Amino acid sequence: MDRNAKLPETEGGTILFNTDPIIIKHHYEVDYLHSYAQDSPFFVGLTKGKLMGSHCTGCGRRYATPRGHCMECGEPTEWVEIPGEGRVHTFTTCHFGGEAFLKETPFTLVMVEFDGVDTLFLSRLIGAKPEEVKIGMPIRARFLRNCKFKPTDVYFVPM
Amino acid sequence: MRPVYMVSGGITKFAKALPQTDFRRMVKDAFDYALADLPGLSRDRIDGSVCSYFSDHFTRQLMAGAMVQDYLGLNPKPSRRVEGGGATGGLCFQSAWESVASGRMEVCLAMGFETMGRVNTWKGNEFIALASDTNFDYPVGGFYTGYYAMMVNRHMHEFGTTVEQMAKVAIKNHLNAVYNPYAQRPGRLTVEDVRAALMVAEPLTILDCCQMSDGAAVAILASEEMAQKLGGTPVRVTGVGSGTDAMRMADRPHGEVILLPHENREEYADLKYPGVHSFRGGRVAAQNAYRMAGINDPGQELDFVELHDAYTSSEIQTCEDLGLCRYGEGGSFVDSGAPFMPNLDYGLSFSGSGKWRPLPVNPSGGLLACGHPVGATGLMQAVFAFWQLQGTIEKHLKDATLQLPDPRRGLIHSHAGTGTYITVSIMERV
Repeated sequence: MDRNAKLPETEGGTILFNTDPIIIKHHYEVDYLHSYAQDSPFFVGLTKGKLMGSHCTGCGRRYATPRGHCMECGEPTEWVEIPGEGRVHTFTTCHFGGEAFLKETPFTLVMVEFDGVDTLFLSRLIGAKPEEVKIGMPIRARFLRNCKFKPTDVYFVPM
Repeated sequence: MRPVYMVSGGITKFAKALPQTDFRRMVKDAFDYALADLPGLSRDRIDGSVCSYFSDHFTRQLMAGAMVQDYLGLNPKPSRRVEGGGATGGLCFQSAWESVASGRMEVCLAMGFETMGRVNTWKGNEFIALASDTNFDYPVGGFYTGYYAMMVNRHMHEFGTTVEQMAKVAIKNHLNAVYNPYAQRPGRLTVEDVRAALMVAEPLTILDCCQMSDGAAVAILASEEMAQKLGGTPVRVTGVGSGTDAMRMADRPHGEVILLPHENREEYADLKYPGVHSFRGGRVAAQNAYRMAGINDPGQELDFVELHDAYTSSEIQTCEDLGLCRYGEGGSFVDSGAPFMPNLDYGLSFSGSGKWRPLPVNPSGGLLACGHPVGATGLMQAVFAFWQLQGTIEKHLKDATLQLPDPRRGLIHSHAGTGTYITVSIMERV
C-alpha cells in the first residue's frame, strides 16, 4: 500500500458562468449509429432522383411518406414511386428554428399533396418568396446530385 | 373503478430559468405547498407517486424521477415515470388517477417538473423537435413552431380563421395571467402588439407561442374514503379520456369527423378530417372523458376549461376538438367573447354573438402566459382547476380576480406533439 498516494494535477479547468448558484458549462455530444432500417429504400430512391412511397398490399392505401406496415390495416406495404409533381397542401416560412437549423433560416416548409396518394410529404420549398407561396400551388421535386442521405436531398420548386 | 378525488395541489413560480433550485428542490417546494394546504395529509399517508418529465436532455440526468422520490422522503414506496411529450403532465395525472381508481393506492402523488432553462432556447427547440420523426421530419423542419404554423395556415384556408382572432387569444391569456403570480409572462397586449412581435414561423409571432420554462407542480389524488378522512375541500375527478394520432403530421388521414353527442354528420358533410388542421386524438380524449362524466353538450355543461395553448392557434383548434364550438367556428368563438373572463376589460369589442354561453378558457393564463415546463404543465392545469372548483383562488393567488363565481365543473386538457398524445380530464365540485 502507498500511504502517500496522490492524484496528478492537470492544467484543465471548468468554464464557470456563476457562483451563486454555481453554474458550469457541461458539453454533451453523441455520435449515433442511426439506421434507417426498413425506411432505407426511400433514401436509396433519393440517390436515383425518385420519391419512393408505400402502397398497402391489404387495403390499397398509398403513403407519400413511407412506412413498412399500413397504419390503417396493419398489412405490409410495398414500395411505389410517388409522382414528382404535387401541390402545396400547407406551408410556412420559419425565421427561427432548432439550433442545428438556425443557419438555414429563413426557410419555407411545405406539406406536399399528390394525386392518387392518401398522405402528405414534408419538404422544403425554394424559388418562391414567402408571400408568393399559396395553398394549392403546383410544385415539383428536385434532387441534390451529391446525396447526403437525408430527407432534405429532395426539395420542391414552383412549377 | 372507484371514485377518485383531488385533495391538494401545489406549484412553483414558473420562470424562464430557476438556477437556484434543481428539479428535486422544485418538486419539493410544490409538494410542501400541497402538504401545508391540507393539514390532515402527512407524508406517510401517501402510498406512492408518479413522476412526469419530458426530456432527459433537459435534465442531463437519467432516472431523475427516482431522485425526486428520495428527495421527497418517499422511499421505499412505489414510484414510476410517465412520459408523453407535451402531454406528460396530463398522462401523469391520469396515471395517478388509475392507481387510486384501481384500488392499488389510497393516496397517490402526481409530481412533475421540467428544467428547460438549462440550455439556450434554440437548443431547447432542437430537443423538443426530436419529439418528431427523426428520419423524415426533424431533419427537414427541426422546429415545432414550424409544424404548428403549417397547421394553422391550413386551418385558415379551410375555415377563414384570422391572425387577429389568434392575437385575441394571446391578449386573453396574457391579461388573465396579470392576476396570477405564478405566471411567467403576464401582460397587457393589443392585436397590434401581437402582430408586430418577432415573427417565428409565419403566421405565428413570438407572442403566439409559449416560452421555455423551469417549474414544478404536484397534484395529490385520493380515494373517497381517504378524501373524507383527510378533510379539506376535495374535488372529484369524474372523467378521464385520452387519444393519440400518428407522429408524422403528413400521415394524418382525410376522412370523416368523429362526432360528439351534440353534433351530427350533416354539418360536416364537406370536411376532410382531421387533416392537418384538427386533432382527432383530442376529439377522442374528449369523447371518452365526456362519456365517463355524463356530459352531452360540453359548451353548456362545463364552467371553465384549462387547455394546452402552446400556440394561440392550438387553443382555437382545441376548442373545436373539445366541442366548445363546431369545427371551423374556433375563430368566431374567440370573436364572440365567450372564452374571455367576464370581469376583465381586455380592450377588445366582441361580436356579441349569443351563439355561445360564456365559458372561460384558460382563466389561469394558460401555457402562453404561465409558461410550459413540460412535465409540470398538465399538473399546473389540475392545480388551477382544483383551486377554481374549491373557490380558493384568492387564497392561493393572493387576488380574487380570476375566481369564477360558482364553478361546478371544469376540464383540463394536455397535448403532445402535433396532437400525438392528448388527455382530457373532468373535475367537479362535490
